[in-house]
Amino acid sequence: MDTVLRAARRAPLNLFLLVVAAMWLVPTFGLFLTSLMPKGDIAQEGWWNVVSKPSSMTFDNYRALFNNNDLTKALVTTAEIAVGNTVLLVLIAALAGYAFAWLEFPGRDVLFVVVIGLLVVPLQVALIPIFSLYNSTHLFDTVLGLILFHVAFGLPFGIFLLRNFFIGIPKDIMESARIDGASELTIFFRLILPLGLPAIASLAIFQFLWTWNDLIVALTFGRDTQPITVAIFSQLRQFGSNIELIAPASFVSLAIPLAVFLAFQRYFVQGLLAGSVK
Amino acid sequence: MAQVSFDGISKVYPDGTTAVRSLSFDVDDGEFMVLVGPSGCGKTTALRMVAGLEEISSGTLRIGERVVNDMPSRDRDIAMVFQSYALYPHLSVYENIAFGLRLKKVPKDEIDRRVQEAARVLDLAPFLDRKPRALSGGQRQRVAMGRAIVRQPQAFLMDEPLSNLDAKLRVQMRAEIARLQQDLGVTTIYVTHDQVEAMTMGDRVAVMRKGALQQVASPQELYDRPVNLFVGGFIGSPSMNMLDGTIERSNGAVVARMGSQSLTLDPGLLDDRPDLAAFEGRPVVVGIRPEDLEDAAAASDVPEGRTLDGTVELREALGSEIMVHLAVDAPAATTAEVAELAEDAGVPVPAGGGPDRSATVVGRFSPRSRVKPGDATQVVVDTRTLHFFDPETGLGIY
Repeated sequence: MDTVLRAARRAPLNLFLLVVAAMWLVPTFGLFLTSLMPKGDIAQEGWWNVVSKPSSMTFDNYRALFNNNDLTKALVTTAEIAVGNTVLLVLIAALAGYAFAWLEFPGRDVLFVVVIGLLVVPLQVALIPIFSLYNSTHLFDTVLGLILFHVAFGLPFGIFLLRNFFIGIPKDIMESARIDGASELTIFFRLILPLGLPAIASLAIFQFLWTWNDLIVALTFGRDTQPITVAIFSQLRQFGSNIELIAPASFVSLAIPLAVFLAFQRYFVQGLLAGSVK
Repeated sequence: MAQVSFDGISKVYPDGTTAVRSLSFDVDDGEFMVLVGPSGCGKTTALRMVAGLEEISSGTLRIGERVVNDMPSRDRDIAMVFQSYALYPHLSVYENIAFGLRLKKVPKDEIDRRVQEAARVLDLAPFLDRKPRALSGGQRQRVAMGRAIVRQPQAFLMDEPLSNLDAKLRVQMRAEIARLQQDLGVTTIYVTHDQVEAMTMGDRVAVMRKGALQQVASPQELYDRPVNLFVGGFIGSPSMNMLDGTIERSNGAVVARMGSQSLTLDPGLLDDRPDLAAFEGRPVVVGIRPEDLEDAAAASDVPEGRTLDGTVELREALGSEIMVHLAVDAPAATTAEVAELAEDAGVPVPAGGGPDRSATVVGRFSPRSRVKPGDATQVVVDTRTLHFFDPETGLGIY
């Protein structure tokens, strides 16, 4: 009886969540089915019809996608930018976060406030000045240029997130390590990084997603250096109806970050610090 | 193993607070030294200065022959057990214990040998693969110990390592740590606020108050000859009863008079404390240990001039003994030290007492005593072991 009542009480909430999930999933599912439809069918019928005749599904569109040099190259470029800037950002933010949390140096707190202040600066305001800077430093239209831009604008948040996580690591652990003979660098690599994993994984996922999905920065600083978002975008402009290429490309572009998320989410473990003190 | 010597060690924080003032004493090679005192007395700060976790404001600290004032922790060759244990939560018990050895690049088989040996001594062998979170409090404590002993350091530093354990385990680990230290013979500085721990574990005990060292002595000497009121009141449980009184001579005998009560002093006591003669006619603080009181009804003989009269307020039966709280018509001592001790013990600070105020005296009676609350009773005092303090300086009179 109790369980029935509880289920009844929860029904409105569950229904609401179902609707929200459907709002997100239906277009994604539609995109996936569209990418499986034969080229000729896409224009004629809605993607939901393909469910009734699964025999018509085909991987031809994906084959075409992977044979399209522009798009495969764009995928590689995107991976380079997203992975490169994420790794660089995490490394710098973790070092800075450790320093802000645990090292004593003059002006530390003021500097930290300045870094936090930079959180409010939108990246759009920097597009033009950085564009001229990149032009004169030959960073325009390079993967490195895009990576550096993303790292620079990701750092305030990254440092903020990691510093606040690191400061929660009990001081005793670090003091104990110092007495055990550890240098600051050893403490950073052997204790802070493994113990900070939940925060580092969060930061890595956020940054990866942001930069994987970025369009405006890539449009501004790239011409031939095109990530997948720009490549899809240009497909749209050139041929209004080549949805048979856009659908699989979009789906691949969506599936990779999802895979990254799933791979990293196991690090979101609660209670990693359990058992260290008390 | 090495001697640790404090020479005028002080710690002043940037805001001007003095945590430790001019601490000077030596911890001998292989000695178990306990630093004890109420919270905030600077004992942990003193220990952290030895560990290199706090800068030394002034003075010279030596470990062995080396002056270590400016030496980073990792070069001091010491091991520390933290109150919180501070285990590395992401490493197994084995790796926790091996951590320091790996950093010192000790050969693998030597690390394994030492870790296994420590695990055997500390009964940790079945848990070597576990993470700290899968251990009980007592096991975590032993891992922290293990991490210290495998290092084979010059000195062990322990910062209230037992305070997170429950009472029973604490007693057990107390004995275990003392035995381990004896076996290893490593110089040890052990910080605690628990005077029972201090007395039972230490070869010598250093009592601190407000950043200053009060007395360094063996547990028995601290108990028998406290240098001042503070040490007298701090050491011993329940703590010493302190009454205001005067030393007088009547009928050829020396008498301590406290309010309406008086005690005839034992001649042996006067021989033992020659300075007491100079206090004739002057106020003193009379210290009576609870264990020197006995219910007159249960005592074998009740000599004249060696009794106090009082009314029983409370009877706490512990089985082997009874703690009896008596209201005695005598003024309770109200010096700053007494107030501080009362505060540390968590009892209300006695308000400025007048001569008419009655003091509560605690006696440790044998279980044969049948006193109950409300009884007017007479207690016998062992006047051979009374303590006397100068109320102005707080110093013991010997």
